[in-house]
Amino acid sequence: MRILMFGWEFPPHITGGLGTACFGLTKGLSKHGVEMMFVVPKAYGDEDQRAVRILNASDISFDLEDSEYKEFWANIKYMEVGSNIIPYVDPVEFSKVFEDNKKTGEKYTSNVFSKRYEFSGAYGVNLMEEVARYALIGSGIAAKEKHDIIHAHDWLTYPAGIAAKKASGKPLVVHMHATEFDRTGGDVNQVVYDMEREGMEAADRVITVSNLTRKVVIEKYGIDPGKVVTVHNAVDQAVSKEIIEIKRKMKEKVVTFLGRITYQKGPEYFIEAAYKILQKDNNVRFVMAGSGDMLNKMIERVAHLKIADKFHFTGFLKGDDVTNMFALSDVFVMPSVSEPFGIVPLEAMRSNVPVVISKQSGVAEVLKHAFKVDFWDVDAMADSIYGLCHYDGLSNMFKEYGKIEVENLKWENSAKEVKKVYESVL
Amino acid sequence: MRSICFYFQVHQPYRLRNYRFFDIAEKHDYFDDYNNSFIMRKVAKKSYLPMNNILLDLIKEYGSAFKVSFSISGSAIDQFEEYAPEVLESFKKLADTGNVEFMAETYSHSLAALISKEEFQRQVEMHTHKIQQHFGKKPTTFRNTELIYSDRIGEMVADMGYKLMLSEGAKHVLGWRSPNYMYASAVRPELKLLLKNFLLSDDIAFRFSQQSWEGWPLTAEKFVDWLNKSNESEETINLFMDYETFGEHQWAETGIFDFMKSLPKRVFSHSDFGFATPSELAKKLQAVSPISVPNEISWADEERDLTAWLGNDLQDEAFEKLYNLYEKVKECDDPQIWKDWLYLQTSDHFYYMCTKWFSDGDVHKYFNPYGTPYDAFVNYMNVLSDFIIRVNENTKFGKEGYEGVKQSASDLYDKTSEAVKDTVKRANKKVKDAAVKSKEIKFEDIKDMSNAAVKKLLKEIDVEEMTAALKGAEKEVMEKIIPNLNKNAKKKYEELQSELKKINKKEINKYRKRVEDKIAEIFGK
Repeated sequence: MRILMFGWEFPPHITGGLGTACFGLTKGLSKHGVEMMFVVPKAYGDEDQRAVRILNASDISFDLEDSEYKEFWANIKYMEVGSNIIPYVDPVEFSKVFEDNKKTGEKYTSNVFSKRYEFSGAYGVNLMEEVARYALIGSGIAAKEKHDIIHAHDWLTYPAGIAAKKASGKPLVVHMHATEFDRTGGDVNQVVYDMEREGMEAADRVITVSNLTRKVVIEKYGIDPGKVVTVHNAVDQAVSKEIIEIKRKMKEKVVTFLGRITYQKGPEYFIEAAYKILQKDNNVRFVMAGSGDMLNKMIERVAHLKIADKFHFTGFLKGDDVTNMFALSDVFVMPSVSEPFGIVPLEAMRSNVPVVISKQSGVAEVLKHAFKVDFWDVDAMADSIYGLCHYDGLSNMFKEYGKIEVENLKWENSAKEVKKVYESVL
Repeated sequence: MRSICFYFQVHQPYRLRNYRFFDIAEKHDYFDDYNNSFIMRKVAKKSYLPMNNILLDLIKEYGSAFKVSFSISGSAIDQFEEYAPEVLESFKKLADTGNVEFMAETYSHSLAALISKEEFQRQVEMHTHKIQQHFGKKPTTFRNTELIYSDRIGEMVADMGYKLMLSEGAKHVLGWRSPNYMYASAVRPELKLLLKNFLLSDDIAFRFSQQSWEGWPLTAEKFVDWLNKSNESEETINLFMDYETFGEHQWAETGIFDFMKSLPKRVFSHSDFGFATPSELAKKLQAVSPISVPNEISWADEERDLTAWLGNDLQDEAFEKLYNLYEKVKECDDPQIWKDWLYLQTSDHFYYMCTKWFSDGDVHKYFNPYGTPYDAFVNYMNVLSDFIIRVNENTKFGKEGYEGVKQSASDLYDKTSEAVKDTVKRANKKVKDAAVKSKEIKFEDIKDMSNAAVKKLLKEIDVEEMTAALKGAEKEVMEKIIPNLNKNAKKKYEELQSELKKINKKEINKYRKRVEDKIAEIFGK
């Protein structure tokens, strides 16, 4: 079985959960003998004008050298399409980045505390143009490369999926990692919504990452429930050997939020819960790791509440810094307002960190050893955090059983479910 | 003769490095040595050294007719020592001419005057000491960070013995009055005030190279014409500005150096102005009027208030958390903590957190290491969080660490065991006393005895004796004994009652004593 897969990003250039999920899923599929061609958009810079670039394992700097990784590369063909598509940016933000880029004539990079977007002036003026360009090249690849099924991840790649289906006539599977409702909290961008709906309507199967998302897809997009299948995400197990014990000099308990600082992730509820705890207990530090359009507002809020000596911002973290952050943490909190799945709590649990997650997250469907609170219920959130900071019996239990729970959430198992979906449309 | 009073501010902060959350409690080096040294060397080359040479040449040429004054912050001097000792040497040469006055300020160019009199005074003393050490003379004129002044600050400065202080000729304070006279503090009239003529000062400092400005290009001729236009009764034109104006804010290419080189000549040839230092003016001029400044003024931005450093949530939080530490820092004996404490107070850190940038952006961006005020705040708070940990560890309990805790525990143990011994001793004594007391058995104690004990007692005592002892006894004692008498004894007791009428108290007591002895004999051990 050979899959033509369209994604956004691929390690080591990961800025969010989607890249992590795609990587895990493709690794899992390769274990089940599925072959893949993985296509991602990538800004090359002005010096490289090729439309498509095929990369070998050796072209990618990557620190995993185990046998699993080698096996994975045997089953995958990885292609980059010259493009400006920037992950997790909406059309409005894209045009702003583009304008800034034009004005300064410099490669766009945000400040030191934010993640750096790579942006090259060589491509399209707006995001939709880029998406269309990506689709065009996608259909070219579909016409040339042999495959049995097309699999597209999230809306930016749906036009590419649809175009590929038209070119090769093979069945299309679209994967909903998030909906426009999750990203915007209801203030939906009609263009994006339409693209999501068209993708799902054109698809033979729709995979949702949780029942929560499945419900949204059926109710808000009117998709035929018969073709919508939930396959929960999993967490990469290979990294567990990397868990490091950091000798921590900080005496306080450390409570961490790690994610994009956007409306969807509910950062403000984390701050309010932190404030409640710090009124009673000065022996805790809070960390907000990540970057996003609400970062400055959050910094102002923390300053206003006068808790900035106990509430820290790290900016965008990746790679080892994420591992270090977990190693320093006693509690991980994901207060998302709307989270289709949410892999980060699983990564935290894998690193022996107990978690508090919002009930409005897909991952809440698969976890038992986690506190689940409504995102808006900062009192309950504060209670849970306080409990995990102070009652060792509780946190030890969460660590022990949580780890077992996470170890059973293997990408291999999720991939098996995805393979079943493939088989159902062949 | 009217005077021109030049005062140049020389200051460089110790800028913080990019200090991350992961560094907290791990790394305690806060300052960006590379960048600080780079900036210091760059400014030295472009501004301090060439301008010092020009001033030195002018003094050589005109002798005591040409004078200027400086305020050099302690953190700038520290950085001269560290990165550009030749600048310090060149300032010393200026000091040696005797035509240059060096003023007092807070050591780290801080905002301490706004929050702690004690810390403010300490820093001023440190600074005057440093100035005296390098330039040989103890400063007699005071100027506060960014010319910040209020009645309250004037009072503190007067308390320290200063007779003259510099500040801003802020419009909202002066109103219709001209800054070109000597003023005095309204609350402490002995403190004279020299106020900046911000129009003429800023013509040089800010507008010099502005081609859109109607005064451009500014020449010595033009500037002296403007000076001559001032009212003849006015006493002094106070030209206060950053020293970096020369060569750094205004590059050499703008002609700023040539302007300064030619200015004195033109002043002497075409006006009745001369040059004077602030302390000379303090001696020469009487205050024309007191001025009252209830709210702080400064020389910054259009507002001439504190909003460049304080007022938004970021600045207030950082400022408050920093100075909350003061009482604890005082307890510390680690010299590095004291040094960091000084440099963390530097006003520039708060300036970088200013969010009203858009009107005064250019000035605020000057050597600003941060992209946004938020970055500045986050970085500062990370550093401050580590500093708080260090301060807490250095104060008494923390400092003694493990050994201290062990010692306290051992002291506590000793104290406790003393207390335990004491308690045991006292308890033993109580028990003993009770035992002694229990030997002195009273006849009345019978009422507390068990019936079995009473029966046992009655077996040992003649009924006659007991009957006599019971004569006139308490009711409870009677009720204890009579029911416990056996039949014969009861009969005997009844019979004896009539005989007992004659018995006297003494005899009764004798019998009672016997009973008591008997009880002691049977039960007392």
